Amino acid sequence: MTMSSFPQAASLQSRSLRYKASLPRNRWNAFLTVIAALFSLIAVLPLVLVLGYVLIKGGSLLSLSLLSELPPAPGLEGGGIGNAVVGTVIVTLVASLIAIPVGVGGGIYLAEFSRAGWFSQFVRFGTNVLAGVPSIICGVFIYGLIVSTRIFFGQSYSAMAGGMALSVLMLPTVIKTTDEALKLVPQELRLGAMGLGASSFVTVTRITLPTAFKPIATGVVLGIARAAGETAPLIFTALFSPFWPEGLFNPIATMSVLIFNFAIMPYEAQTALAWAASFVLVLMILLSNLFARWLGRFSSY
Amino acid sequence: MVATPRDDLFLLRRRPPQEKLVDQGFRLLSVVLASLVGLVLAGILLTVLWGSRDAAMRFGLQFLVVSDWDPAGDTYGAFTAIYGTIVSSVLALLIAVPLGVGTAIFITENLIPLRIRQTVGLMVELLAAIPSVVLGLWAIFVMEPFLRPILELLHQTLGWLPLFSTVPQGPGMAPAVLILVVMILPIITAISRDSLQQVPPELRQAAYGVGTTRWDAILRVILPAAVSGITGGVMLALGRAMGETMAVTMIIGNSNNFSWSLLAPGNTIASMLANQFGEADGFQVSALMYAALILMLLTLLVNVLAQWVVRRLSLKYA
Repeated sequence: MTMSSFPQAASLQSRSLRYKASLPRNRWNAFLTVIAALFSLIAVLPLVLVLGYVLIKGGSLLSLSLLSELPPAPGLEGGGIGNAVVGTVIVTLVASLIAIPVGVGGGIYLAEFSRAGWFSQFVRFGTNVLAGVPSIICGVFIYGLIVSTRIFFGQSYSAMAGGMALSVLMLPTVIKTTDEALKLVPQELRLGAMGLGASSFVTVTRITLPTAFKPIATGVVLGIARAAGETAPLIFTALFSPFWPEGLFNPIATMSVLIFNFAIMPYEAQTALAWAASFVLVLMILLSNLFARWLGRFSSY
Repeated sequence: MVATPRDDLFLLRRRPPQEKLVDQGFRLLSVVLASLVGLVLAGILLTVLWGSRDAAMRFGLQFLVVSDWDPAGDTYGAFTAIYGTIVSSVLALLIAVPLGVGTAIFITENLIPLRIRQTVGLMVELLAAIPSVVLGLWAIFVMEPFLRPILELLHQTLGWLPLFSTVPQGPGMAPAVLILVVMILPIITAISRDSLQQVPPELRQAAYGVGTTRWDAILRVILPAAVSGITGGVMLALGRAMGETMAVTMIIGNSNNFSWSLLAPGNTIASMLANQFGEADGFQVSALMYAALILMLLTLLVNVLAQWVVRRLSLKYA
């Protein structure tokens, strides 16, 4: 049976099934597609531009003395950001040592032990609220709690206070990742462990936590990377120091605060160091981000 | 040959008491660690409340509407900062929402090969990883000089509007808004993408089945189905924009003189805290704590609202 045997053949022919670009609705579609493509381009542009400038302006200054020398006094040339690199590592380490045990513990509670009730709901809600607290408020909190009360041996500003402020920032991330990762562990593994007579302590530490290790590690690395770049909680907790780190209970230099302080100085050498510090910081953060993503790929279950 | 089981093999073994103790201790520990979240949250609220008591008692609600911030004369009003916080974040949102949702659509639809879409998605996520202080540095030395001729042109042509009535002199509200756009774009894109991906494929198939074009399906079926998640993401981004500190501090100019103009320097609560907290003493600390309290309540409100929106609307298609 051919088309021509139908009376409406002529009108069918004109409404062909072939795609016609000139139809108003197809034009409208193409227009919207171009708009969406343009928006994506605009969204990607800042990353390319920022990375490009950091790479050119900061990368060109990279040398061994940059990482091994102290920043110069205002007005002088040369110098490096060695103390800030060490300081960032120390402060981030302090933050991780506080936030990871607490966060993983809280996540274990939420995923393994909590029953539907007000307490677990409160913890979940609290985690979300804490994640939304502006980072500068974390700094104000630690300032009020630790710096202004001089709780650590009469010291006001200290690396310890800075680390604690960052740990407040990391905590919700670690709890959420742990909770979500543990929930993805198949229930059969827990039942199997229980069937063999394992206590819940043994089940969690030997079965569920190792199974969920990779997604947890991914989230934790992302959290650490975010904390390493934070400035706002550090400017009035860890403060800054032009010297090498002097223990946990003295002010300490960090790369992020160094960038902030040096960016607004009118000296060329300081501005250059700010760019160099940006380069080192961005490199560290992007590498750990890519590492975390690579780690996340291998998570089974 | 039949294996004869030993008698005690099938006897139930009692758990040794120390194992029970370890178990209960572990449970207790996890409960204690979980409750630390609540403790920290309460600690933040109490610290800020306690710190702000002097200023709150002296200025009361007057603090919110007076724009006079004078550490020398010891009188404080945070109107300029509160206005700056709200205006900068809302303006940033107005620009970032179309960009972010458009990008999310572009990388969830199969308009271009998967590999390119994944790359775009990864790049937007990496943008979120760049520290805000680095964005601030870039804004000072690259974006602002590039932007100034454009802003000057804006002032010359639209200067009769109060919004553009001042001559741009470098730092100001407009560059701060733009850097905020860069900062919240990744959040909006990521959350919109997740919500779009969660829309059941049946909806799209049904839309195509009745003969819609691709964009009709997106605009009339898929976006409405994903609207709860997107709204939640937008609210989260608003909260983030209000609390964003470093990049804004470095580019907004930190002026407490109120101006309607977007080209003039302004201030936000967060940047005021970042600038003055380290050097403040006496009554100024209390006034800053009071401002911090206001910022915290604002972000808290937005975040709770965001959670409520997501929970309220998200079950529609699940």
